[in-house]
Amino acid sequence: MAKIKGAVVIDKERCKGCEVCVVTCPTQTLALAVEVNSKGYHFSYAAFPETCIGCANCAVVCPDGVITVYKVKVG
Amino acid sequence: MAEVTFNDIIKPENLAYTKSKLMTNNVMHYCPGCGHGTAHQVLAEVLEEEDLQSRTVGITPVGCSVLMYNYIDVDFQEAAHGRAPALATAVKRLMPDKFVFTYQGDGDLAAIGTAETIHTCNRGENILMLFINNGIYGMTGGQMAPTTLDGMKSSTSPYGRNIATMGSPIKMADIVALLPGTCYVTRQSVNTAGGVRKLKRALKKAVQYQNEKRGTCFIEVVSNCPSGWKMTPVESNKWMEENMFPFYPLGDIKVPSEK
Repeated sequence: MAKIKGAVVIDKERCKGCEVCVVTCPTQTLALAVEVNSKGYHFSYAAFPETCIGCANCAVVCPDGVITVYKVKVG
Repeated sequence: MAEVTFNDIIKPENLAYTKSKLMTNNVMHYCPGCGHGTAHQVLAEVLEEEDLQSRTVGITPVGCSVLMYNYIDVDFQEAAHGRAPALATAVKRLMPDKFVFTYQGDGDLAAIGTAETIHTCNRGENILMLFINNGIYGMTGGQMAPTTLDGMKSSTSPYGRNIATMGSPIKMADIVALLPGTCYVTRQSVNTAGGVRKLKRALKKAVQYQNEKRGTCFIEVVSNCPSGWKMTPVESNKWMEENMFPFYPLGDIKVPSEK
């Protein structure tokens, strides 16, 4: 069966670290970073990029539109 | 088979989602986790997909979203506090081929602008009214709004809203649904991906009804105010689901009959 693999690109300078994407991710791919961006926010990043399925839920709920999602069929 | 790497996936042909082209690159001034940002994104997506950029006039309110024209790349006109529907009426009547929408918060639409809201809906002007309901005056410091829930604390009701002295919260969507001029009244939310997608479908329906000149479309978005409610964004979304949704149930309130 074809599997879908996704990837997220997060503009960390625009991210405000609200964590809404983290709780909405069905595969727990995202997490907030320990370090901060230039504004002092703990930005979101793909902690487990291999589990991403490219569903784009994170990007859809992101209030600041910082997430871009790509997905590709493999196998 | 070789493992697919990150750089293999990050290609323009594999793009699944990116922010709308109508969103400018200005960083939004909203607090982290604010529903306004999400509502702006959805609105911009719908305007882009329906190819409305060149014939849209938006009316911005007074409130947190007063600077909305910095973020969505369409024509805007700023209205006095609460008077967005009156201004929208004028714009639509002078330029009937434009798609006109107002974007208002609960302090703007349900308090100072109640008269304009109700009479515009009663006249059935062909405009889309987008109402962001977060139960509080966000911009001015979290004062009690007409939509503040029973017992909900705000900076001007520190012991919670008392219905005996302060009145009951107003369900604006249910009120305007009773008026003959409205054609489509619905209540949506932006706290989950599913909610955002439903709001997008509702907005597309509203655009269709506007193109058919069927009357006023009124979309209420139950939203959060993490700063005003003094919660984290995730807590505020949870609080909203537990407290706001039972009083402001989501779903269509009035749908027009099919032609």
